[in-house]
Amino acid sequence: MSAASAEGAEAWETVVGLEVHCELRTATKLFCGCPNRFGQEPNTQICPVCTGQPGSLPVLNRMAVEMAMRIGLALHCRIEPSIFHRKNYFYPDMPKDYQVSQYDQPINIDGWLELPSGGRIGVERAHLEEDTGKITHVGGAGRIHDASHSLIDYNRAGVPLVEIVSRPDIRSAVQARDYVAELRSILVATGASDGKMEEGSLRVDANVSVRPRGSTDFGTRCEIKNLNSLRSLVRAIDYEAARQIEVLTDGGRIILETRHWDEAGGRTTSGRTKEQSEDYRYFPEPDLVPVAPDAGWRGRVEASMPVLPAARRSRLAEATGAPGDDIAVLVETGLDELVLAAVAAGADARTAVNRATNEVAGALEDGPPPPAESFARLVKMETEGALTATQAKTVLADMLRHGGDPEELARKRGFEALASDALADAVSAVIEANPAEWERFKAGEAKVAGFFVGQVMKATKGNADGGAVTAELRKRAGL
Amino acid sequence: MTPGAPGAGRTALATAAAVRSGRLKAAEVLEEHLAAIRARETELHAFNLVLEDRARAEAAGVDEAVAAGRDPGRLAGITVALKDNLCTRGVETTCSSRILEGWRPPYDATVVTRLRQEGAVVVGKTNLDEFAMGSSTENSAFGPTRNPHDPTRVPGGSSGGSAAAVAAGFAGLALGSDTGGSIRQPAALCGVVGLKPTYGLVSRYGLIAFASSLDQIGPFAGTVADAALLLEVIAGHDPMDSTSLDAPPPSLLEGLDGGVEGLRVGIVSELMNGVEPTAAAAVEAAAGALSAAGAKVDRVSVPAAIYGLSAYYLIAPAEASSNLARYDGVRYGLRAEAPGGSADVAAMFAATRAAGFGDEVKRRIMLGTYALSAGYYDAYYGQAQRVRTLIIRDFDAAYRSSDVLLSPTTPGPAFELEAKTSDPLAMYLSDVCTIPTNLAGHPAVTVPWWPEGSSLPLGVQVLAPALGEAVMLRAAAAIEAGAPPAPSAPGGGS
Repeated sequence: MSAASAEGAEAWETVVGLEVHCELRTATKLFCGCPNRFGQEPNTQICPVCTGQPGSLPVLNRMAVEMAMRIGLALHCRIEPSIFHRKNYFYPDMPKDYQVSQYDQPINIDGWLELPSGGRIGVERAHLEEDTGKITHVGGAGRIHDASHSLIDYNRAGVPLVEIVSRPDIRSAVQARDYVAELRSILVATGASDGKMEEGSLRVDANVSVRPRGSTDFGTRCEIKNLNSLRSLVRAIDYEAARQIEVLTDGGRIILETRHWDEAGGRTTSGRTKEQSEDYRYFPEPDLVPVAPDAGWRGRVEASMPVLPAARRSRLAEATGAPGDDIAVLVETGLDELVLAAVAAGADARTAVNRATNEVAGALEDGPPPPAESFARLVKMETEGALTATQAKTVLADMLRHGGDPEELARKRGFEALASDALADAVSAVIEANPAEWERFKAGEAKVAGFFVGQVMKATKGNADGGAVTAELRKRAGL
Repeated sequence: MTPGAPGAGRTALATAAAVRSGRLKAAEVLEEHLAAIRARETELHAFNLVLEDRARAEAAGVDEAVAAGRDPGRLAGITVALKDNLCTRGVETTCSSRILEGWRPPYDATVVTRLRQEGAVVVGKTNLDEFAMGSSTENSAFGPTRNPHDPTRVPGGSSGGSAAAVAAGFAGLALGSDTGGSIRQPAALCGVVGLKPTYGLVSRYGLIAFASSLDQIGPFAGTVADAALLLEVIAGHDPMDSTSLDAPPPSLLEGLDGGVEGLRVGIVSELMNGVEPTAAAAVEAAAGALSAAGAKVDRVSVPAAIYGLSAYYLIAPAEASSNLARYDGVRYGLRAEAPGGSADVAAMFAATRAAGFGDEVKRRIMLGTYALSAGYYDAYYGQAQRVRTLIIRDFDAAYRSSDVLLSPTTPGPAFELEAKTSDPLAMYLSDVCTIPTNLAGHPAVTVPWWPEGSSLPLGVQVLAPALGEAVMLRAAAAIEAGAPPAPSAPGGGS
């Protein structure tokens, strides 16, 4: 993209609507009893129903409906009586050559999502549908045209999906990223999704158009497929908006089409033209009955809803007064509960937030966080001066690695906070050994303080508290 | 059942009773039927597959159970023929189509499981119009079935093989499927009882779909009581079929001979028009028999019934166009090479479907694809669904003054082979009397009626509201009791 467009770009506004496909974390598939499991040997999680054997019939998974309702409730949608349609098209990854999906009567309509930065993005609908199988083109570098043959894995066929369609309310790539990140948190919080974009649990298509700033009409959009990370989403939208602005600036027109994101090339390439799009011949699926959750069922689902990320963020902010970035990290990683429990147990909020945001969050990949009770005690030991910050971090690392009580671990490490007379002795010894530096310190050369703290630390093998050493030095110098 | 055919003097009920008591061996029953098959199957072609060895093993199993004092089930030792669109685990199931030739289902249809649980012996898979699309069994990729009463004539269709098998004594009972009359029409033309149950009463799991909102599996039998027995066995909720009704299985045999005293019977005027005089006369005569037995007979009107055929030929092909999409050569059945050895998957699909489907199937796929197309959906499929609602409304109105309704099953008796093959519309009209029931989702049964002096049977159709099988069968039993006897077979006697 030419740099020249950057200036002209100011005159344009990007408009984005997102379609997010979320694989539900049900135990079984949408219409049969096959396990819904990722990463198994190809074609081992299949049966007559999900491979579309003649005579087989679908039976709707109640848990999938429940998860769809949870998603709808989390996105402030209305839950409606819904039906399934058949979307007819021929493709080898579709065992029946039609996809069972919700069309004009979806289960969730008219909701919204609140971005962490503020502002609402409308959600048009969140409907249930079945996933397709997965095709691998062999030979020809994975491209269908040059492939020598294709392999089909039907393990994914019939996995339940909820497709969440936003309104075209998003105005930038960054906002699109924030929307997907927040949506992912919500989906994980409801228990409907594992949120793993890299495994395809969440797949995003972006409808991108541009229009002159100030205009209320929508420009012609392109649908970008194959966005499987937040990074791709941002890059693709930025690229596509710039491409469209350049085309329009040059007097061209945008063609309604599907474009594919080429991650390696960093660009979108033209796919199917929607102007000659297929006619899917939708009609109501006669093998299924309407889904109309009654008030009792809805009530049970509503009652089982967890506290959602937005509410968790404000709850944590209120309890800790921590900065927004830390709050976001803690809610995103689910460590807000840990911090709240520590604060409730009397730990200092600021220290609890710091230890959770830095040490605990950083170690989550390797194992679960420590029990809230132990974590609270550790934070208290630190704030009460029983452990220095450095010691607290060391003990916490031990807790994360092996588990155990903070008191016990601190003892094993030999971390007994220095009694104040021991500290005084150490300070006296260091002053005695470094008279010239001591004169400079007394004369008000503040940076020499660091030297003395370092020396005391060395003498005490790190068991002294930096703050306490400084305080002792200032006291003796009469500062 | 043809006079003089094996088991002609013995109902399925009597066979099962004799086998269960040990007076008759299932193996003997089977051998009688196998002998009949050997004698006439080449001529009639009722079967796509005769399961001689498997059937012998099944019969032996029943006899062992009896010998060991175990209950072999309510269908003990009764041979049953299955329409070849019902899935049988490990046994070729073709729908009489090249596209499924050689396909062995990995599972049994629910009805097949239920038959086996009750000690039935599956004797074979019967011929049909390809994918159940037709009214003469001439649309089979494997050649037509012939009418046992006159082999120059068709047995009707699409379940022609099942109807012929029961009529010829090849099996004691049979199952078929009825989407627009595919059980009742061939049953009428072959002189046996055929029943289409209320939609949802019998599980469709394992029935290869033609038109999902219309398809129902139902029994063929020599008598009304035998049909009731078989329906009792196959009916009842199945968690594998979402459209299966969550109702307790009906009790049909009990009270079957309760008579029709005071029963309100309505002859459907719209279905008496345009049929052959003999067909109308048979209905009048059957009504007379009911009247004589104490029923009150009237004329009733179901005005929207006349639109049934048109609505059906939009709804059924529309659903079929989608149901038959899966035959694409990827997972099972026929796969044809794309022209010029092209590796294009769409070309392979097209070549497979061009080679694998017969003309009538292709015609209906095209009709249905068109009816569902953007811009036409509302005018065709949508309008047909509205007609369907009207038909249900008009039937509901009729059932306010009648307990059951009466009509001809078919416009006339069996026609000669090839008489209608070049004229699809004439063929479609064979089902004009049976289709409205499917659209309404109601049950109906055909009872054989032999006009005096005729060598060909007709059928009288009894219709009932949803889940009205019990009263419907009671009326059917009364008609059966009052029907003229079937003529004696040449050289035979009954």
